[in-house]
Formats: sequence, C-alpha cells, structure tokens
Amino acid sequence: MTAVIPRRSRRPKGLTAHIVLVLAVLISVFPFVWTIVMATNTTEDIYKSPPKLTFGSHLLENIRHVLDTIDFFGSMLNTLVVATVTTVLVLFVDSLAAFVFAKFDFPGRKTLFALLVGFMMLPLQLAVLPQFILMSDIGWVGTLKALVLPALANAFGIFWLRQYIENGVPDELLDAARIDGAGFFRQYWNIVLPMIKPALSFLAIYAFVGAWNDYIWPLVVLNDPAHLTLQVALAQLHVGHTTDYSMVMAGVLMASVPLVVVFTIFARGFIAGATEGAVQGS
Amino acid sequence: MLSHWRQYLAISPFFLIFGVFSLFPVFYSLYLAFQRWDGMGTVQFVGLDQFRFLLDDPVFWLSIRNTLVIWVLSTVPTLFGALVLATLLHSVRRFKGFYRIALYIPNVTSIVAVSIFFGAVFSNNFGLVNAILGTVGISPVPWLSNPWLIKLVIALLMTWMWTGYNMIIYLAGLQAIPTQIYEAARLDGAGPIRTFFQITMPIMRPIILFTVIISTINGLQSFSEPQVLFGSNAANPNLGGPGQAGLTTLLYFYQSAFVNNDYGYGAAIVWAFFVLIMVLVVVNWRVVQRGRKS
Repeated sequence: MTAVIPRRSRRPKGLTAHIVLVLAVLISVFPFVWTIVMATNTTEDIYKSPPKLTFGSHLLENIRHVLDTIDFFGSMLNTLVVATVTTVLVLFVDSLAAFVFAKFDFPGRKTLFALLVGFMMLPLQLAVLPQFILMSDIGWVGTLKALVLPALANAFGIFWLRQYIENGVPDELLDAARIDGAGFFRQYWNIVLPMIKPALSFLAIYAFVGAWNDYIWPLVVLNDPAHLTLQVALAQLHVGHTTDYSMVMAGVLMASVPLVVVFTIFARGFIAGATEGAVQGS
Repeated sequence: MLSHWRQYLAISPFFLIFGVFSLFPVFYSLYLAFQRWDGMGTVQFVGLDQFRFLLDDPVFWLSIRNTLVIWVLSTVPTLFGALVLATLLHSVRRFKGFYRIALYIPNVTSIVAVSIFFGAVFSNNFGLVNAILGTVGISPVPWLSNPWLIKLVIALLMTWMWTGYNMIIYLAGLQAIPTQIYEAARLDGAGPIRTFFQITMPIMRPIILFTVIISTINGLQSFSEPQVLFGSNAANPNLGGPGQAGLTTLLYFYQSAFVNNDYGYGAAIVWAFFVLIMVLVVVNWRVVQRGRKS
C-alpha cells in the first residue's frame, strides 16, 4: 500500500478531466463511426443478432443502391447551389446593412434596428404558412428561388456583424478615407470588408450549414422530385425503404461527409467566432 | 432624409426581403388564425372559433404535453452536461482545441441524418441498443413504441446534438473570469466544489440565462426529429408515432396546415404555440433572476 501512494500523487494533473472528456468525445463521434459500420455492411448483417460490429465491404454496393433509389447527386447539387447562393447574398446584404447601422446616424436608425432585433426572437415557424401561400401565389412553389429569398432576411447576421464593425473598425480610419475622397461604397468595400474577414467567415459557415441542413421549409415548398434538397431526399429514402438500413445509412453517410469535412477544416475559426458572439451577445 | 440616401439604399435590400418574407407573413398568419380556409376555396371569417376549437382539442393538448416533456427531458441534461464538460475543459491544458471541435461536431450534422441514425440504433427489433441489452440477457425494450421511451429517444437525440454547442458558450464565459478571483478563493481555503458554487455559478448566471432562453426557443421547436423518426409509418404519416407520443406541436401544425390543408387552424396552432414559448421564456427568466437575489 505505501508504495502506491507516492505514485498516485504523481499522476498527471487533470487525469479525471481527460477521462471524462475522452468519454464525451467517444459518445459525440460514435454515431459517425456506427453510420460507417452500417453503411459498409449488408442489411442482413445489421439485422443479425448480435449485429456485425466491424466494417464490411459492401459500401460501394450500398452507394449504388442509394443512387438507384433517389437522385442523390441532383439533390446534392440543388443543396449546394441553394446554400452557396444564400451564403454569398447573406454576406453581402448583411455586411452592407451592418456597416450602416454601426457607423452612420440617420433618422429611423434606432427604430429599424429594434424592429430587426425583435423579429430575431420570433420563431420562424410563424411565417412558414403565409410564406408558402405567398410562394404559391407568385408561382415559386417547387423552385429553388423559394428557398433562397426568405433565407436572406437573416437578422442575426446583421446584429452580429454590426457589433464586430462597431468595435473592430476604428472611426478614424473611415474619416481618413473620407478625407482622401473615398465614397460610401469604397469605404465599405476597401476598408470595412477586409477588416471583418473573421466575422464574415464565421457567418459564412453559419449560413451555409443552416441552409444545407434546413428541413421544414424545403419539405413544405418543394414538391417536384427533380428539385429536392438533400435533406428532403434523405428523409424520403428513409420513408420509402424502411427495411434496407444499410442502404439508408450509406445515404446518411454520403450526405454527412461533405459537411463534416468542411466543418473540420474551418472549425477553429468558426468556434472562436461562435464564442465571441455568445459572450458579446449575453 | 435626402442626405442619407446611400444609407437607406444600403439597408433597403435587407428590409425589402425582411418585410415581404418575414414581417408580412407573421402578421398574415395572425389574420389567418381568425379565418377558415383550405387554401383553395373562399376565405371565411370565423373570429375566435379556431381558438375555441383549439382549447377543446385533445390532440392539441397532447402535442403541447409531448413538446414540454421532450423539452424538459432534453434541456436539463444538455445544460447540466454542457456546464460539467465546459468546467472540465477549462481546467485542462492539453488537447483543448481537439476536444472543442470533437464535442461541437454533433451540432453541425443534419437533424434528418441524426434522426435516421437514432431510428436505426433504437429500432425495437433490430437496433444496436437492444442487441447489446440482449447480450446481457435483457429482453428487447420497445424504444419506438412506448409513449415515454419515444420521448426519451427524441430527447437523447436533442441532447446529443446540443450539449457541445452549449459547452462552447459556457467555456467562453469561463475564460472571461479573471484567474485572480480563483487564486484569492484558494488562499482563503475554498475547495473546488465551493469555488464552483460560490464563484463560478454567480458570475456565469447571465450566460446560463442566455442558454436557458436559447434552449427554450430551440427545444420547443422540435419537428424534424419525430417527423423523420416516425414518418416511415405509412398508415400514420406525420402523426408522431404509436399513440402519437412523438407528436410535437410543430408537427401537429405541419399536419393541420400542409397535410389536412386547414390553413386557419394551422395558423391558430402556431400562434398559440408562440404564446406558450413566450410565457415559458418569461418564466425561465424570472426563475433565473430570482436565483440571483437570494
């Protein structure tokens, strides 16, 4: 016993913390690993008792099966187009408005900003039904336009960029530019935009992931099988073929991998941005 | 006014889209809640009829109960787990970046993919969970047909998705606390538990309030989880699974508005639901604020 005690006291600092954190990480990544296991085996292997717990060799076969059942690449392309266009436009529209709210005083500024923040709190679902009626009135049901336009009313983006511009872009710099003859748009394009790149890249990922993963609105407004987004197509894969789980999981895998890869690449900046917004916002 | 035309022009794209696709629809849905309309025929004004029907509609109250139970079952472990993980993560020196990313990753995956996954893992007959229970001699548990277990599975799914997100927010709050305060507490002989409850918690209160509000707004909006999880039941599409135990209020709204084409009733449901969210946000606010005074 006496020999054990000094050893214990020399254990690395925070070992318990690391053990708990590693366990949490395992729980957090387990669904991804298990999705791969299911996607690489046959459905019979998954249904066996006990099920097969190791990676199999049927991934390509399952992928082929997914491609035969839904227009996977078509809906992926649709999603990519919608998410990219939405992201680019949100960045432009929001940064322009945020610049104005941060650095200019004009009649109605406070009222308009209060309106924007107030509506940020409302659940989006309040608007879904009238948005659908509106879209069917103007004949946009089933089109990708119907997905992009409502997503551009991103009040959070303005709220968040405004804080960043207010604190991060010095007034002196803008005054100097004004004296040098730079107009409103040149100040925005040549000074503000380059200075808020970290904030913009956070908002870009936020908007892209949001558009990519959106479900209720595409489900409501898309009725044409040629214009489904990935999430709706994925859900249909599940509804139509409940028994063929290895095929369904191959679809889940194919739909999740691009986003997880993109997120992992940009994760550091994204998480730093998210925490910054959270602490400022509180 | 005229001298500011550039500013008005610059904010006009946002406010035009905002007006047409957010502001107008929200008020229009309030108007619809007082009408009867199937989307095709004539719009008929019925006053408070939709709301009177709503108050007597057992399915509406069932959906409210389901939503609240799922919300409590997911929010409590999510916020508690996030606080514990953030405290631990704050205390370690190595692998911080790795832990942050690995624990945040569930939040960027799609709810549809995760719901399909949970459906497979908790499947009554073939799921991994029941297979593991089987190896230790426990007979299969009806995860997706027992009313309470259905809610538990949905809550687990939401907990898995949101713990990392809240952890990141708490971590940011912890990092903003000056270390001198902790050193002073240590010199005064305060142990880790006492330090946590008498220093960390009071300072973190505004951030905890923020996460409680966000979790209330997000957690009550569960829709995709039950819709995808139980959408496969061809006999009962969009009904929220066996016994409608997974029928959340938003799923009931979706079903009324877009499956039954009862636009007026759908609008009434979603407005009643909004009032509920606001009441709960205010109650939560009060509870957390009162904790501060005592």
